[in-house]
Amino acid sequence: MGEWKIITGNRAAAEAAKLARVQVVAAYPITPQTTIVEYIAHMVESGELDAKYIRVESEHSAMAACIGAASVGARAFTATSSHGLLLMHEMLHWAVGARLPIVMAVVNRSLGPPWNIHSEHQDAISQRDTGWLISFASDPQEVLDSIIILYKVCETHGVYLPGFVSLDAFVLSHTSMPVDIPPQEDVDRFLPPYKPRHYLIDVENPKTYGNIAFPDRYMELRWSIQRGQELAAQKIKEYTREYAKAFGRDYQGLVEHYKTEDARHLLVTAGAMASEARIAVDKLRDEGVKAGLLKIRFYRPFPREDIEKVVEDIESITVIDRNISFGMGGAMATDLTAVLYDMGKSITLGRFIAGLGGRDVTFEHMAQMVKHTLKAHHSGEKLPPAVWFGLREW
Amino acid sequence: MMTVKKLSREELLLPGHAACPGCGAMIALRTMLKTLGRRTILVIPACCTSVIQALVPKTSIGVPVLNIAFAASGAAASGVVEALEKLRRKDINVVVWAGDGGTADIGIQALSGAAERKNNIIYICYDNEAYMNTGIQRSGATPYGAWTTTTPIKGKTEFKKDMPMIMAAHGIPYVATASAGFPLDFANKLLKASKLKGLKYIHLLAPCPTGWRYDSKLTVRLGRLAVWTWMWPLFEVEHGVFKLTLKPKPRPVKEFLEPQGRFRRMTPEEIELLQKWVDQRRELLLKMDGARLFPQA
Amino acid sequence: MEVKIYLPLSSPTVGAIGKTGLWRVFKPVIDQEKCTKCLQCWLFCPDASIKRAEDDSVSVDYEYCKGCGICSDVCPVGAIEMVKEG
Repeated sequence: MGEWKIITGNRAAAEAAKLARVQVVAAYPITPQTTIVEYIAHMVESGELDAKYIRVESEHSAMAACIGAASVGARAFTATSSHGLLLMHEMLHWAVGARLPIVMAVVNRSLGPPWNIHSEHQDAISQRDTGWLISFASDPQEVLDSIIILYKVCETHGVYLPGFVSLDAFVLSHTSMPVDIPPQEDVDRFLPPYKPRHYLIDVENPKTYGNIAFPDRYMELRWSIQRGQELAAQKIKEYTREYAKAFGRDYQGLVEHYKTEDARHLLVTAGAMASEARIAVDKLRDEGVKAGLLKIRFYRPFPREDIEKVVEDIESITVIDRNISFGMGGAMATDLTAVLYDMGKSITLGRFIAGLGGRDVTFEHMAQMVKHTLKAHHSGEKLPPAVWFGLREW
Repeated sequence: MMTVKKLSREELLLPGHAACPGCGAMIALRTMLKTLGRRTILVIPACCTSVIQALVPKTSIGVPVLNIAFAASGAAASGVVEALEKLRRKDINVVVWAGDGGTADIGIQALSGAAERKNNIIYICYDNEAYMNTGIQRSGATPYGAWTTTTPIKGKTEFKKDMPMIMAAHGIPYVATASAGFPLDFANKLLKASKLKGLKYIHLLAPCPTGWRYDSKLTVRLGRLAVWTWMWPLFEVEHGVFKLTLKPKPRPVKEFLEPQGRFRRMTPEEIELLQKWVDQRRELLLKMDGARLFPQA
Repeated sequence: MEVKIYLPLSSPTVGAIGKTGLWRVFKPVIDQEKCTKCLQCWLFCPDASIKRAEDDSVSVDYEYCKGCGICSDVCPVGAIEMVKEG
């Protein structure tokens, strides 16, 4: 048992970076991420954390600095949000191509214009195809635990990919909850120092990293990244089990189940909404609906196998996406649909877009969405690929 | 002082690389690697040298190289330097080797940040005065009057961006200009830079036969004419004090322009305008010689 | 489980892009009688293709010399002639 503190999601992210003994932190402010890098600045200046702190002049540079640091063998950390993450996008791809296990906290925030600082997953979802491991946390405790686990996953030989933990703007970033902060020595046992077995920039062994590779070589490098993602899926399961044994908190792997064993109607969502969704499931069960929740913890690698297992006896699925892939639909719903197609499963689908720009999504709203799906399930009506929940007249 | 006899025999830029024949930048890269030696890490953004290295799994550069995205070299080098310090790996030169586009245009933000943070980097801009790798497009460092594929008819209508002075205004310990026509001067400036803490900026003019449209054998001659005509004066700004390295008797800019196809379209009036600008700048620089321009940081 | 990982990684190699001597149209020919061992050709060669011997005498590495002509241009005693390749 560690020490219980009542802290925000952002504080939890900073505590996790400290517990992971990060060696280089590149920091640039953006609301509502800023307090993460403020906390870390304090930790570094006070001597609590022995790390180099680079006050970069943009998020593009934050990721470039992390890449530089990781490429000589340092454990690197940064945090960002929204437009900061978008500005980083080029370097996110670079970190993957260079196979560097950088870990980052992403506070999910809407994109402009118009300016809006509230929660939405569009920023994270927009990084879907970079090759980063993309996860969503549902409370400050999970933020802390996920960052520590993610370092271990990313630094696994053969994975060597970067990853980020998402936490919803304000709802998680600035909301205080009790968090169990594990003792440093226990974290050290779980997460040993970063000692990569693949090549790093080293004057004793001069190599050129990232020069041109033409079609005869390029495709294998991309395949190797895909293999890294596949291996990461295994390692996430393995290390969350190991973490559960060591720290008593079991995140189950790529997804978390809530009352799915006997469920017939599944609710699928991610992030802070997934916390609220547990209450929706309970409420629906009170009303006689055999509901269950599948919380998407990892969007990449996508939890294909977990979905295949859980939908065996499922009659309807309600997916709530706090994002929109314009011209198609919710990002998670789209991937889930692809998995179901591969299985040859015909399950009634309610695919909802909700909570954009931080609009509140309560358990009552979620129950309404499930009932919307159920109605279609019983009537045989086919729902459109994206149902916008709670649109108002302007 | 570095002399040709003292320059290392070790070749860290290996023969059989992919540069065009007569590449001024390669004269400088070879000199730089001989001067700084094996304990050097290069950070290279998109530029001619990204291609010159050759293709995976081979490289023509004998020291470790971190290739990085176009806009990112200053920041990536900051990360390298800080991590090396944290990991207690000592006595390593971290050198950014970037072109003029990657420095004066897309990379200026990351460079400015690294300079202001005093990150311990030697930043070398090898300036061939256009985006040569993509096929001769105008950059902020392209000189007045020069033809490029994006100034195809009128030539560049603006004057060259003064990167060395922009960098000097950052209050960094060392700024210098150099030319591929004077590699030993470049070597001496590198030696000086390698002994100072903070970001050191060296801006090296690298004549480019392909983009400047001249016979490849003239690279060194043009590198020298640029200096002799005061188109590219050699100077240092050390801890804020400005000093001309050479004060040659001014030769007409025409001597520098004439061998180059990129200036062929210039009218006599345009040449005169350029000459006036160069004269005015020379007078200013001569007045500044020996003066403190910026406070000691 | 051992996983093979591919990296965009390159080793220093002479002739990384091939025998660049094949690009040559004119080849430099050094007149050793005239040569004063001043090393200007060696200093200015962009292709590291002037070989410097122990005694500072110089020779051309024709496997990689691209024939740019810089050595001939910088030679202060006119000891290097550019000769059209046969």
